[in-house]
Amino acid sequence: MRRIKEFIIEKLILISGLTCVLFVLLIFLFLLKEGMSVFKTVSVLKFLLGKNWYPISEPPQLGILPLILGSLMVTLGAIIISLPLGVACALYIAEVAPLKIKEVLKAGIELLAAIPSVVLGFIGMVTLVPWVKHVFRLPTGLTALSGSIMLAFMAMPTIVSVAEDALYAVPKAYKEAALALGATRWQTIYRVILPAASSGILAAVMLGIGRVIGETMAVMMITGNSATIPKSILEPVRTLTATIAAEMGEAVVGSEHYFALFAIGIVLFVISFIINVSADLFLHKTKS
Amino acid sequence: MVKFDIKNLNIWFGGVHALKNITLQIQANEILTIIGPANSGKTTFLRMLNRLNELQSNFRMQGVVEFNKQDIMKMDKEKLRCQVGMVFALPTPLPLSIFDNIAYGPRLKGIRNMAKLKEKVEVALKRAYLWDEVKDRLGISAFNLSGGQQQRLCIARVLAVEPEVILFDEPCSGLDPISTAKMEETMLKLKENYTLVLVTNNVKQAARIGDRTAFFLNGELIEMDKTEKIFTTPSDTRTDDYIRGKFG
Amino acid sequence: MKNPKITEKVAFFFLFLATLLIVVPVGLIVIIIIRKGLPAINWKFLTDIPREGMRQGGIFPAIVGTLYLVLGAISFALPIGLMSAIYLSEYAKDNFFSRLIKLAIVNLAGVPSVVYGLFGLALFVVFFKFGASILSGSLTLGIMILPIIITASREALESVPYHFREVSWSLGASKWQTIRYLVLPNAISGILTGIILGLGRAAGETAPILFTVAAFYLPQLPKSIFDQVMALPYHLYVISTQVPNVEEKLRYGTALVLLMIVLFMNLVAIIIRYKFRKKKKW
Repeated sequence: MRRIKEFIIEKLILISGLTCVLFVLLIFLFLLKEGMSVFKTVSVLKFLLGKNWYPISEPPQLGILPLILGSLMVTLGAIIISLPLGVACALYIAEVAPLKIKEVLKAGIELLAAIPSVVLGFIGMVTLVPWVKHVFRLPTGLTALSGSIMLAFMAMPTIVSVAEDALYAVPKAYKEAALALGATRWQTIYRVILPAASSGILAAVMLGIGRVIGETMAVMMITGNSATIPKSILEPVRTLTATIAAEMGEAVVGSEHYFALFAIGIVLFVISFIINVSADLFLHKTKS
Repeated sequence: MVKFDIKNLNIWFGGVHALKNITLQIQANEILTIIGPANSGKTTFLRMLNRLNELQSNFRMQGVVEFNKQDIMKMDKEKLRCQVGMVFALPTPLPLSIFDNIAYGPRLKGIRNMAKLKEKVEVALKRAYLWDEVKDRLGISAFNLSGGQQQRLCIARVLAVEPEVILFDEPCSGLDPISTAKMEETMLKLKENYTLVLVTNNVKQAARIGDRTAFFLNGELIEMDKTEKIFTTPSDTRTDDYIRGKFG
Repeated sequence: MKNPKITEKVAFFFLFLATLLIVVPVGLIVIIIIRKGLPAINWKFLTDIPREGMRQGGIFPAIVGTLYLVLGAISFALPIGLMSAIYLSEYAKDNFFSRLIKLAIVNLAGVPSVVYGLFGLALFVVFFKFGASILSGSLTLGIMILPIIITASREALESVPYHFREVSWSLGASKWQTIRYLVLPNAISGILTGIILGLGRAAGETAPILFTVAAFYLPQLPKSIFDQVMALPYHLYVISTQVPNVEEKLRYGTALVLLMIVLFMNLVAIIIRYKFRKKKKW
């Protein structure tokens, strides 16, 4: 009797574990199932490199290049801002800050991670957007730059915490050896600890990129949502994620527009898959 | 009466040949002490007797181990472990109260009646000579006991399961001399009702309480005999060298 | 290189500055929302339905909707998540299955939230014909928070020392008995933390519920799990971008309620973690 119970529980537990795998497969399959239909009318190349996104014109023009470039521009901007700041913050927390301040700072960063993106988007709308408009004397503050700043901020918890872990993982002996040779703490950090933690920091940046590319609500609320190829970072852009979120509500189930939005989903899924798997590899490299 | 009958036992962990062709018998109501330097296979041997080795994924074995004439690999391993208890090297109280630590085993067997549990706990603690020290504070965390008391708690916990054989894996390695003396006293008294197998790297301890002693070296059983004989006229020079402290 | 001591001082100052640049805005955001949102909060705002095209009245249906979604998500994600964590921490050897599952969890954690929305739409709303409903939304959110629950639970389970398990086995406990009577009770704080963090995440997400459940304007409470509901995060999005001339007070008030729910959950998680850490003896 007990044997049977034990056996059933064990199998249930294994099945639950495999359910996670099933979900990933289901996500991919259903994106494919709905998304592939669009390629009956548009070639993959034309879809990815087409310059015009007019999904409801007749016939619809389904080129997502402007959206890809929009996402790229916002992401690039965000990473340029968040990489130095995030790594500097991680360094400060891991190597410089006294214990009590460290706890406060970590709580602050955790707090940031907890704020829902729609709240950050809202705050960005009412504070950041007018500021950008004013400073750069623009007709509108809803620009790629606003999005980049906001996203840089949102990527911070990921980058800081992963980078911090990487810094802690550097063996103490390295640090002590450098200090014993007469290096200052900063020289030790700069010449010894940073290089030793580099692959973990790379993982932090990749995960940060993943977070930024996938972010939807805040971006939708503050980048202006204009689906044209952006010429400067001070223009409105529209990202891949925002396009799905903004248009799926109006797209008719089964229409070409509907399928095209799923195809964008495939693109996002593949990007995040690649980013996460490679970040995971970097992380394991640090550990071993 | 023979409790354990081990024939041609070989154990590997991955590529490491941890036990080589061990053949020996363990008699009822004796204290068998096993001595030998580190990595000689004594703990592996001990953990074989209640099948704790196989939890390691690269474990492989050959040969037969019989407990009361039954092949232990064919027994229900939970049942075997109820009959063959184990006291580990360091005191290992569970993060529970003293009472719940002792009652853990009986509860697993499905005993829920509080009066019955209380009785079992009392009997076990008395047999481990801990009752007088803790009877007024059974509800406190077991971590609040001293190291020696914790180790006797672990013995009581094993006794509550009502085993026939108790395995001791260097049970005094973390204890001070006074606690060690108390432990040895306890073990000697337990011999009346149980069979004890004691792995120790303290040669003097083996001499003090072992009825018979086995000497392991590099996974081989070098010799096994009456403790007195091992310590006065061993038949192998390596045994002699070891107990005289020439290596180990 | 000039004086290394001075270089160090300058470098540390810049590190400190960078940290301030991140942490100060966080504080500011919270303060702004509290200061501007607090005047909107009163009993009526919390318990009334939205009126006049959401320009007046309260946010009660959105609060209730979010509550339903969060509870639905957790009751789906908790059993699967906890059992997966048990599998990875207690049963899995380093084999093909366990590596596959770990890879899957890493990916689930990284999938953009809007893609979860698409998936929920395709699978639950359209394929299973649940329609836009609490059921579809809860399941979508549930899958999204799985990795959070699994990761936290697994960490909690693995923090229980291995020798406790050995003791339990040596006393004749089976593997499941050991998990049930020893490992789980000692990992409960970590598991709770994971659950609460998952709840907080589910309460705050918008993109996954956009097409699976969220109603634009539905001034009534749901009657079954096949009904649509309003939800706080989506409501905030709607009144800040889709409806013109909404009083600023209402927007801030909504943001404040949402923020407080999420922060409260995080606070509870932190307190649990802290309390149990103090109690731990090993």
